[in-house]
Amino acid sequence: MTASAETPSSGPTRAASRPAGSLLYDPKVRSIFFQVALLVAVIAFFAWIVQNTTANLRARNISSGFDFLGNTPGFQTVTTLGTYLMDVSGRAITYLDVLKVGLINTLLVAVLGVVTATVVGFVIGVFRLSSNSVLYGFSTIYVELLRNTPLLLQIFFWYFAALRAPWVPDARGRVSFFWDSFHFNITGLYGPYPLPQPGFDATLWAVALGVALTVVMRWWARRRQDATGKQFPIFWGAVGLIVGLPLLVFLLTGSPLRWEAANFVEDGPVLRRGFQKGSGMLLIPELIALWLALSLYTAAFIAEIVRAGILAVNKGQTEAAHALGISQGKNLRLVVIPQALRVIIPPLTSQYLNITKNSSLAVAIAYPDFFSQVQISLNQTGRAIELIVIAMLVYLTFSLITSAFMNYVNSRMKLVER
Amino acid sequence: MRDPNNFIPFSGVASRVGFGSGPGHVAPRLPEGGLRRAQNPGFKMKSLLGCALPALVFGLAFGAPEARAASGDTLREVKARGELVCGVTQGLDGFSLAGSDGSYAGLDVDYCRAVAAAVFGDAAKVRFRPLSSKERFEALKSGEVDVLARVTTWSMSRDTQLGVIFAATNYYDGQALLVPTSLGVSSAAELDGARLCTNTGTTTELNITDYFRRNGLGFELIAFEKSDEAASAYEAGRCDVYTSDASGLAAMRLRFANPAEHVLLPEIISKEPLAPAVRQGDEQWLNVARWTHFAQLNAEELGISSENVDQIREEQTALAARSQGNQEIQRLLGLGDDFGASLGLPKDWAYQIVRQVGNYGEIFDAPHGPGGALGLARGLNALWTEGGLQYGIPVR
Repeated sequence: MTASAETPSSGPTRAASRPAGSLLYDPKVRSIFFQVALLVAVIAFFAWIVQNTTANLRARNISSGFDFLGNTPGFQTVTTLGTYLMDVSGRAITYLDVLKVGLINTLLVAVLGVVTATVVGFVIGVFRLSSNSVLYGFSTIYVELLRNTPLLLQIFFWYFAALRAPWVPDARGRVSFFWDSFHFNITGLYGPYPLPQPGFDATLWAVALGVALTVVMRWWARRRQDATGKQFPIFWGAVGLIVGLPLLVFLLTGSPLRWEAANFVEDGPVLRRGFQKGSGMLLIPELIALWLALSLYTAAFIAEIVRAGILAVNKGQTEAAHALGISQGKNLRLVVIPQALRVIIPPLTSQYLNITKNSSLAVAIAYPDFFSQVQISLNQTGRAIELIVIAMLVYLTFSLITSAFMNYVNSRMKLVER
Repeated sequence: MRDPNNFIPFSGVASRVGFGSGPGHVAPRLPEGGLRRAQNPGFKMKSLLGCALPALVFGLAFGAPEARAASGDTLREVKARGELVCGVTQGLDGFSLAGSDGSYAGLDVDYCRAVAAAVFGDAAKVRFRPLSSKERFEALKSGEVDVLARVTTWSMSRDTQLGVIFAATNYYDGQALLVPTSLGVSSAAELDGARLCTNTGTTTELNITDYFRRNGLGFELIAFEKSDEAASAYEAGRCDVYTSDASGLAAMRLRFANPAEHVLLPEIISKEPLAPAVRQGDEQWLNVARWTHFAQLNAEELGISSENVDQIREEQTALAARSQGNQEIQRLLGLGDDFGASLGLPKDWAYQIVRQVGNYGEIFDAPHGPGGALGLARGLNALWTEGGLQYGIPVR
């Protein structure tokens, strides 16, 4: 131990008052001792839990183990992105498959929720600072109403509001909009499904090329501005490269994309009428309700975070920018928002984590998310501990990845001191 | 969730996790000092989202391994506590439904009251604990309830893998399909491609999946956490079929805005023997739970009801003094050999059941029972002498 060698250096004046070289009073030794003791205690604690749990399970004739993951589950889920991506036709479906389906569905609603909540939250947050009394009043009511009611209640509200709304036709009827390309009824929102034809690869390559060229253009524009002071319209350049170029390629290759419309049957036996399974693109009402509820609820919190962030930027900053002749738009983009983001991002991370975790409320309205698949599997197999451990690890991984990403963004945004 | 006095969610968890016992700690410790029950009304936890489940998993993890029930433990604990704790549904007409005054009624409730009558000679000494279908087994295993009479299907995996054991089938049910009459469907075979609503945490989604796969029918399953939401979504038209146990569907249908627009299809797609369950390892308590049901069946078979039991008992007492009369009745009512002692119960256990609660036919056809509340016929639940499956094992 190196700590014992250093003991005499703990100070000649203090060491004189008690026996020299007492390990007991060396702060370094003590801290190492307590760390090791704590580590041992933690390991022993968890070892005891594992040992005790297995002993209990054995004593109660409860089977355990992860072998069930290869068995065929006695349920199947409604068509979602998860079931679409996890095509199991041609082989036996397993519990692992349904868990993966749930995983994809959770990721889908989490990503949709994060994007929508951010956009809505920023808009409402800016409205909260508006001098326009209508915008201010609306945003204040929005925030106070949504922030102060339980999320589960809101999920039920959107779900049953959607199902029971008088203008939503039943499963055999439909309402069409956007020139008959989109339809909805109680079973969901139907749209055309894009089927790539041969030659579509060129368009995808054009997108990749556009992104690469944008990076190069940005680097060149910055260098030119540093050297000459001239500015280049980067935004419109980027739009041209990332959207315009692929569009041009797409049209030149003869529009190689076919839109498969949802198949609607109007006659025959009642049960056969309505939209047919597996045609077109379908957003089920459970996903729509969960997405709406999660994003609108979280947006109320994000709005307050954004408001706090903008208020945190000193008014003097804006005044200084105006004094330098910087326009209102550039002032917001280059002075206020970068400084506000420093305040906004850390609490925003927590809200993003909340969306992922709150998405597990999906089971209440039958959206087949990860947690609902875990619950059904749990009921059918009885492997409570194994499945809860899997669920905890999955949500922990989601949360850690989200916070790692947000920490990276935060480190890019934070004040650089010179 | 209907009765705040009786509903103490996860009252046992705090103490089971090992952070001290609650203030109003009622039951004595088990001899091994493992699972303790504590009443702590302040400790409430929402069961939504299954946050209960991890808690119970940890409860299992922290419990001492030697806490497994040994024969006689449960009866001793129940007697010491002075009341029976019975796990029932959160509200199902005909089986267990809380009234506005907080009292419970139904077939399962009457079964619990019969157990209390057998143990204490007082059918009122029972506390009902509403459980969701997901909580129920954990609640039983962890000692939260003594008997689980919660329309629970008896199956091999549950009997052998969950650490619980079923006593006797007190209702022969089967899974059925409810469809709107507007669908024009008269048989389950016509349901190819149907959207099905069901609720999770039971065997229903398993049965319906088996049935549709077996018959080569396509389907989409929309599985809700709770039956209320499933029924509501079905009523709104989200799905074509609502599937659950026939008794549950009959109860649910009555709550719809227009019950006449919905019809039960003739197919019964599964065997659902609904049975009360107890913890594994305590054979004496299993016997108490089992023979309570058989006593009610035997009473019906012998024509003994709550109305005539006192009169019959008097007659038979007089006859028994002369070694005459119906031996079967005398044994059941505790006039002959003592059959209660071997169960750890008083000699008049079955007499108390019949006098205070009634025989099986009475509780079935009571206004709050499946016959009265739901208008269900005895069917498979008729006595074996009348073509049903209810067969009381002889008391001798």
